[in-house]
Amino acid sequence: MKRLFALLILTTLLTGCSAEWGWYVVDPSNKTGLINLKFLLSGYYYTLILSFTSIIISVCVGLLVALPGLSENPWLRNCNRVYVEVVRSVPILVLILWVYYGLPPMTGLEINVFWAGVIALALSDSAFQAEIFRAGIQSIDKGQYEASHTISLSYTDTMRFVILPQAIRRILPALGNQLVYMLKMSSLVSVIGMQELTRKANELVVTEYRPLEIYSVLVLEYLVLILVVSACVRWLERRLKTNENI
Amino acid sequence: MNSIAENYIRIDGISKSFGDFKALNNVSLTVGLGERVVVCGPSGSGKSTLIRCINGLEKHETGAIRVDGIVLNHKTKSMEQIRSRVGMVFQQFNLFPHLTVLENLTLGPVRSKNMTAQAAKEIAMTYLERVKIPEQAGKYPRQLSGGQQQRVAIARSLCMEPKILLFDEPTSALDPEMITEVLDVMIGLAEGGMTMVCVTHEMGFARRVADKMVFMDRGEIVEMAAPEVFFKTPETDRCKTFLKQILQH
Repeated sequence: MKRLFALLILTTLLTGCSAEWGWYVVDPSNKTGLINLKFLLSGYYYTLILSFTSIIISVCVGLLVALPGLSENPWLRNCNRVYVEVVRSVPILVLILWVYYGLPPMTGLEINVFWAGVIALALSDSAFQAEIFRAGIQSIDKGQYEASHTISLSYTDTMRFVILPQAIRRILPALGNQLVYMLKMSSLVSVIGMQELTRKANELVVTEYRPLEIYSVLVLEYLVLILVVSACVRWLERRLKTNENI
Repeated sequence: MNSIAENYIRIDGISKSFGDFKALNNVSLTVGLGERVVVCGPSGSGKSTLIRCINGLEKHETGAIRVDGIVLNHKTKSMEQIRSRVGMVFQQFNLFPHLTVLENLTLGPVRSKNMTAQAAKEIAMTYLERVKIPEQAGKYPRQLSGGQQQRVAIARSLCMEPKILLFDEPTSALDPEMITEVLDVMIGLAEGGMTMVCVTHEMGFARRVADKMVFMDRGEIVEMAAPEVFFKTPETDRCKTFLKQILQH
């Protein structure tokens, strides 16, 4: 259904409007068009590695932030709350700009565009990841902790072998959503010059003056990417469900 | 009289409240090695809380608990020593649903007793045979019946080779036709000399294996006696009423 709807909008766009189309800019049958198209598609490389690096880091940080949030110690719980509230209230775009322009002079570190993007995206996403993990871990029955206690498992082992494997299975749909969200948010890193999909499109628009066609290709690029990733996530979910019987 | 074996578990005047509700009020009890104690009483009488205090699942507020001479104070070291001596079987089994039966059994020995996977597996199979379901080793808990799950849970506790087993209403969540298979396993353990503290309403089982009956009501131990005395000549009215109600069916 979703795919059909997308296709419908696209055909209306392509056939129904009066603007003069100039598809030659991205037409692979002529030389410039092919070069331009390759240029646009090459943006996938950074979009993908930027998003995946960020999501891996944000999942790890999110888990580390979530655990004190579940502690009995009110100090640890407050640390978790403060982190989550502060990070969640900063817009991603602002965070990207701040990490790129503000962090290097403040810390004396040299941060290139890629890592600035990764830090900003991972930081912002980690607050959401922490909340997802917290909900997932809290959904596990108290009896699982008690049983682990009676067979002398340490806190780390209880988390690693008993609680997290069950929690992760439950939050997998939410983690999948975060991955899709991350892929889309990575377009914002274009503002600091990261050569990903959006930046490539912007640069081509500046030289070719064909925003309609080029941005249409950009929309398609994201659409394909998200649909493929969503399908992979659903496949993974199904596999885990049939394999592990919870 | 005061040797550790005779007072393997020694509970001195413990109390515990949940908010305004006094779950335990100055409860004292000793359990010797090899002794079988059955705790009964109406719901809310504190019997589950009492045995959950013995392995530190609940924190007692006053009084003292000693297991094998070790004072239970919720510090890591004391908890470690006590946990390794005390096993527990729950009403809701609490098996790990994402692990197979065999993995449920080997997780404890491998992770907390540093046993090799092979040695843990051998022990696990021995105890699965003891509870008469070795053929289910590769299955997941939800593929088993309630009675089978509870027997796996018993085997899981046994794999840790505890000195005492605590049973918290082990048959209360089971369908009637599955109660016997679990009780049979428990009787087998009792006859094998295992020290047991059971919270249960199964009076036939109690009569058969108990060395000591404990009747609790409103957070206190009201009566404590050998089963032959306990069932024949209960002293208090509360205990008489309870026994009348529970033995009617």
